[in-house]
Amino acid sequence: MIPEIGAVLAAIALAASIAQAWLGLWGGHKNDARLQAAAAAAAQVSAIALIGAFALLVTAFVQSDFSVAIVAGNSHIDKPLIYKVAGTWGNHEGSMLLWCLVSAIFAAILAVARGGMGATLWSRALGMQGLLTFATLLYTLVLSNPFARLDPAPFEGRDLNPLLQDPALALHPPMLYAGYVGLSIPFSLAIAALLEGKVDQAWARALRPWTLAAWTLLTIGITLGSYWAYYELGWGGWWFWDPVENASFMPWLAAAALLHSAIVTERRGSLAAWTALLAILAFGLSLLGAFLVRSGVLTSVHAFAVDPERGLAILALLGAVVGGGLLLFAWRAPRLGEPHGFVLSSREGALLLNNLGLAVAAGTVLAGTLYPLLLDAATGEKISVGPPFFDATFGPLMAVLFAILPFGPLLAWRRGDTADAVKRLTAALLAALAAALFVLGVVRGPIVSAIGIGLGVWLIAGAFVYLGKRWGKAGAGKALALPLAVWAMVLAHAGLGVFTIGAVAERVFRQEATAQLMPGESTDFVGRRITLQSVNGFEGPNYLAQQARLTVEQNGRVQTLVSEIRRYPVAGSTTTEVGILSGLSGDLYVALGARTGDDPWILRLYFNPLVHLVFGGAALMALGGAVGLAALARRRVLVPVVETAPAHASVAE
Amino acid sequence: MIGMVLAFAIAASEPELSPQDEARARALDSEIRCVQCVNEPIAQSTSDIAEDMRGLIRERVAAGDSDADIRGFFAERYGDQVLFRPPLRQETLLLWLSPIVLGLIALLCAAPLMRRRGAASEPEDGQFDPEDR
Repeated sequence: MIPEIGAVLAAIALAASIAQAWLGLWGGHKNDARLQAAAAAAAQVSAIALIGAFALLVTAFVQSDFSVAIVAGNSHIDKPLIYKVAGTWGNHEGSMLLWCLVSAIFAAILAVARGGMGATLWSRALGMQGLLTFATLLYTLVLSNPFARLDPAPFEGRDLNPLLQDPALALHPPMLYAGYVGLSIPFSLAIAALLEGKVDQAWARALRPWTLAAWTLLTIGITLGSYWAYYELGWGGWWFWDPVENASFMPWLAAAALLHSAIVTERRGSLAAWTALLAILAFGLSLLGAFLVRSGVLTSVHAFAVDPERGLAILALLGAVVGGGLLLFAWRAPRLGEPHGFVLSSREGALLLNNLGLAVAAGTVLAGTLYPLLLDAATGEKISVGPPFFDATFGPLMAVLFAILPFGPLLAWRRGDTADAVKRLTAALLAALAAALFVLGVVRGPIVSAIGIGLGVWLIAGAFVYLGKRWGKAGAGKALALPLAVWAMVLAHAGLGVFTIGAVAERVFRQEATAQLMPGESTDFVGRRITLQSVNGFEGPNYLAQQARLTVEQNGRVQTLVSEIRRYPVAGSTTTEVGILSGLSGDLYVALGARTGDDPWILRLYFNPLVHLVFGGAALMALGGAVGLAALARRRVLVPVVETAPAHASVAE
Repeated sequence: MIGMVLAFAIAASEPELSPQDEARARALDSEIRCVQCVNEPIAQSTSDIAEDMRGLIRERVAAGDSDADIRGFFAERYGDQVLFRPPLRQETLLLWLSPIVLGLIALLCAAPLMRRRGAASEPEDGQFDPEDR
C-alpha cells in the first residue's frame, strides 16, 4: 500500500502545483489578494503532499520493499541503513522526486516569507515556481515513476552502485539538488519581475538570499562530490573537468556572478537587466546540467542513471524554460533603464568586471562541455576536451579575475578612490610577490605555479586588508562588532585564495609512483619508507574486502595506514578504499590495486601537497556563504521593509 | 615543505628514463585518453590497454620524440578523440577562440554602462549601508 499512497500524494501535489501556478500568475495579473493567498496555500499543500510522498518512498527503501522497481534495482537487504535511505536519491526516479520535493519546499518558503516584496511580484513568482514544480513532477510521474511496482517482486534487490555507498556521496545529491533547484526561485522572481515590467531594487533584495543560499548549497554539494572522488576513485585527483563535473560547476559560476550582480542592482539599481538575464541563465544551466547527466548524451564516469528518451523530455523542459525566459527578456528588457552611470574604478565597476569574468568563464566551460557533442552531431568527428583545454582557457581568465578582485571591496560606489585602494593593497602585493618568489627560488616550481600561488596569497592578504580597513573604522578591539556581511565577504574571498593555493600546489607538485610489493617488502617514496605489513581478507555487510596494512616511516616516526579494495558480489563491482595519511605538507595517498595469483600487490602511491587547502578553502567559501545568509536575515530584522514600492505594499494586507 | 618533497625524485617505474623525461611522460599520461575507458586519461586507468599506452609513451620519450610528436602519434593511431587537448584545426578553432569571442562580446555589452570620470556623480561611501548594520 505504501507506494500507492505515495503516488496518490504525488498526484495531489501535481494538482496543487498547477493550481498554485494558475492562482499565482492570475492573482498577480489581476492583483487579487484572495487568489494570491490561495496560491500561497496551494504551495503549502503541494510541499506537504510531496514531503509525504518522498517520506513514503524512503520508507519503501528502509523496509527493502522489493516490489517497488527502483528499490529492487538500487537496494539490498544487507545494506547499512544510511545507504538504504541514500538509495532513494541514488537513482534517476528517486532523484527526480527529490528535485520536485525541493522545488515545492522552496515555493512553500517563498509563500510564507514574502519579505519586502510587492504582492503582485510575489504572487507571480509563486505562480511561476508552481509551474516549474508541475512540469518536473509531471515528467517524473509519467516518464520516471518512482512508485512503479514489479510483479512478481524479486526476493533480493540488485544493490546500490557500490561507488555511491559512501557518507559524502549520500549527502552530495541532496545538497547539489537543493542548489540547482534553489536557482529556480531567482528564475521565477526574474520571470515575475519581467512580467511586471519592473526590475528594481526591492526585487534584487528579494533575490539575494535565494541566490546566496543556492550558491552555498552548490559549493557544499560540489565540494562533497569532489572530496568523494578524491578518496574513493583512487586516482589521487579531485577534479577532472569531466562533463558531469562541469554540469554542476556552470550553475555555480553563474550563481556566483548572480549573487554579485544582485548586490549592485539592490544598492544602486544598476545592471537590473543583466541581473534578470543572469537569473534566467543560471537556472537554465542547472537544467542543462540535469539534462546532460540524466540523458546519457555524455560519456562520463559519473553518470549513474541514464536514459535517452527521458533526456528528450528534459531537453524540452530546458528549451521551454530558457527559450521562454529569453523571449520574455528580449521583449521586456529594452524598457528597463540604467539609472545611474558609474566609472570603472568604482564598486559597481569592479563587480561588473567580476560578472564579465564569471560569465565568460561559465561560457567557456559550456563551450568545452558541449563542443564535442555538437561537433559529433554536425560532422561525426569525435574530439575530447579535457583538463589541458581548461587549464589553457579557464586558468588565465581566473588569473585576471583574481588580480582585480581585492580592489572591489575597497572601492566606494559610483566613483572609487583607486589610489587609496592601491596604497592599502601594497602590503598584500608584497606578500603575493614574496610567495611567488619563494615558489620560484626555493621550491623551484614552474612560473605558472608561482603566479597561481602568488594570486592565492594576494586574495587572502587582500581580504585581510579589507578587514583591516573596516576594523580601523570600527575602532580597535571591536572586531566582533563588525557587520556579519564583512565577515562573510572576508571568509569567502580568503577561502577562494586558500583554495587556489591548494589547487595549484596539488596540480603542479603532485608526486606519484607505482610499487609492487609482497607483504614485508618496502619502497621509498617522497622521503618516506613505506612497508606493506600484511594483507587480510574479511567480509563486510555486503562486500568482501582485502585490507592492506602499511607502515610509513619518516624521520624515525612510524605511522600506520590502511588501504582496502572491496568487491561487491551482488552489484558485481569493485571499489577502492584509499589509505590517506594527512600531514601539514599534504596527503600521502595509497591505493591498493588488484592482484593476479601470487604476484606482488600493486600499490599506487601519490603525494598530494597542500591538497587539504582545496577542500578547506571550499569549506571557507561555503562558511562565508552561510554567514552572508545570516547577515541578510539579520538585516531583514533590523531594517524591515523600507524602500520597497509603497503602492504594492498594502495590497495583500 | 614542498621543496623537501621535490628533493626526492619520483620512483620511476621505467628506470631507463631520466627524472625530466619521466615527468614529461607523466604529463602526457594525463593528456592521453584511455581508448577503452569512460572519459579517463591513461594516467588514471588501471586497464591493461592504458598500461600498454603508458609504456608506448615512455618508448617514444626515450626515442627522443617531442610532446607534439607523441600527441600526433597517438592521434594518428586512435583518432583525435584520444587527445584531451583538442588539436587546433578549422573545426576546433571556434572552441579554442570561445573565451576570447565571449570576452569581446561581454566587453561590447558592458562598455555603454561606463561613464567618463568627469561625468560620474559624486562618490558615495558604502561604509554605512543598511546591509552593514
